[in-house]
Amino acid sequence: MTDTTESLFQRARAGRLGRRLLAERLSGYWFTAAGYLAIALFAAITLLLLYRSLPILSEYPLVAMLTSADWNPAQNSFGFLPAIVGTVYVTFLSMAMGIPIAVGAAVYIAEYAEGRRKTLVASFIDVLAAIPSVIFGLVALIVVVPFVGTYVAPAFGGGTAGVGIFTVSLVMAIVVTPFMISLSVESLESLPDELRETSLGVGATKFETIRSVLLRAAGPGIFSAVLLGFGRVFGATIVPALLIGGQTQLPNSIFSTGQTLPTLIVNDFGELMSLPLTQSALIFVGLMLVVVVWLFNFGAMLFRRRLQRRWQY
Amino acid sequence: MNETPLETDTLSVTYTGDREIEAVKGVSIAFPANRLTTIIGPSGCGKSTLLKSLNRLHEIQQHVEIDGDVLLSGDSVYDTDEPAPEIRKQIGYVPQTPTALPLSIYENVAYGLRIHDDYESKADLDEKVETYLRKVNLWEEVHDRMDAPGAELSTGQIQRLCVARSLAVEPEVLLCDEVTSALDPISAESVEETLEALKSEYTIVMVTHSMAQARRLADRVVFLYLGEVVEAGDVRSFFEDPQTERTRQFIGGPTPVDPGSAGDTTEAEDASTAAELAASSPPEES
Repeated sequence: MTDTTESLFQRARAGRLGRRLLAERLSGYWFTAAGYLAIALFAAITLLLLYRSLPILSEYPLVAMLTSADWNPAQNSFGFLPAIVGTVYVTFLSMAMGIPIAVGAAVYIAEYAEGRRKTLVASFIDVLAAIPSVIFGLVALIVVVPFVGTYVAPAFGGGTAGVGIFTVSLVMAIVVTPFMISLSVESLESLPDELRETSLGVGATKFETIRSVLLRAAGPGIFSAVLLGFGRVFGATIVPALLIGGQTQLPNSIFSTGQTLPTLIVNDFGELMSLPLTQSALIFVGLMLVVVVWLFNFGAMLFRRRLQRRWQY
Repeated sequence: MNETPLETDTLSVTYTGDREIEAVKGVSIAFPANRLTTIIGPSGCGKSTLLKSLNRLHEIQQHVEIDGDVLLSGDSVYDTDEPAPEIRKQIGYVPQTPTALPLSIYENVAYGLRIHDDYESKADLDEKVETYLRKVNLWEEVHDRMDAPGAELSTGQIQRLCVARSLAVEPEVLLCDEVTSALDPISAESVEETLEALKSEYTIVMVTHSMAQARRLADRVVFLYLGEVVEAGDVRSFFEDPQTERTRQFIGGPTPVDPGSAGDTTEAEDASTAAELAASSPPEES
């Protein structure tokens, strides 16, 4: 009996079963390799950037570079503070402008809009998300820059030609808001209807249900959406390059021209490539971008998991 | 005290989406005070639709039309200036799936009280939260972890938390939509015990697909089939002396109701008789 069973298994392995098992094993290797590729790529990029940053890091103290406002590579002055401040200004201003609109629009689509109206609004938001950011930059040069220069900045006592931190922040808010809306809508729509019924069933209004229950339950998903927006603004290049003014100086108001970390690389890399220290300094800027985005993502992931564990939605 | 705080007057509910479906057809029922009335019937017969139309909860869905009326203490629930949230405060609702709001255990019970500003001080709020947790036999189990998330409780505890939350705003009527169907037998038993204890104080309308549960808990039974009331009566006469052939078919023939023999009819038997009935005439969607 055992012999028969063994021979049956052996015959099966030699035939189609053998090929299926081979495919099973190979596909497992392929999926695992594809999964770990992201980690390998991240590690490789970070290590390369770190290695190429070593010349500037061994030449100048890190703290001095991060806190100095003097950026003049030709004179070997590598102060990153103006670009850091510019990046922080643009990121937080964009988020401050974009988050209320993104959450509001997401709530409208998920909880208020119905039928064709919902399809129409949602599809236009998807279209906006698909437009390349350079288009927003070009349109902003024609419309937003003159408007900010003529009306907005003077109204707040700022004298500007229209380009600068405020304009970049406004346009980046428009660029990232559609992404944040789409992800927030998904989070809200994935909540069970019982949550709405439970709240409405004790006499809450729709707004009270949204404010006290749905936004809280969808919080981890909305937080992820905001995080995605943050990452996109933090690393945005083309819109800031077109609209920020390219002045490596500490901004004295939100209407000032300035520089962000990505635009510092874009503006200076070509002409200053021949200077090894400058090249190393700009690569170090890239390293800062990667590390900050990673740290932020990692911290946000821990926070999101904590929220999800707490409320279990 | 009003003897029938809630009644329906030729109530019809029609879904008017892609396909028009009349899920509830001209139903007139009176729900007596301080009694537990169960609405039974096969899946898709309009039980939940009827229940949600009693406090206008169906309005969160699109394309639903109402004809007829629901009367709360003699006043129309539909032909009124009272906003729907005020109606729902008076006619509370406990959903099928145990649902903890994303709040602490304490805040889950305090939720409705805070919304309606139904407390005078923090001490008053604390007292009310404790009172209603005691009413559902949950206080002893949770009093030392009131700040923990409601979602950390077991499903049976969450369902009792839902009942406490609904009772805290002091509704005249409590609607329960298959509140034990998502629970394991032990949790279901604890929720049933809670409802058993509450039914002499509150007017409860409960949808259930389980005839065994209806036998154990109900004072009155309404049998709904294809959106129409086939038969309604007190639990003993309903099960021991059914008046229509359809009822007899659905409950599997006349059977004695004896509190001592609670649970004689199993859930499996319920399902099989319901399936037989459904096979004889396909139920309408709801």
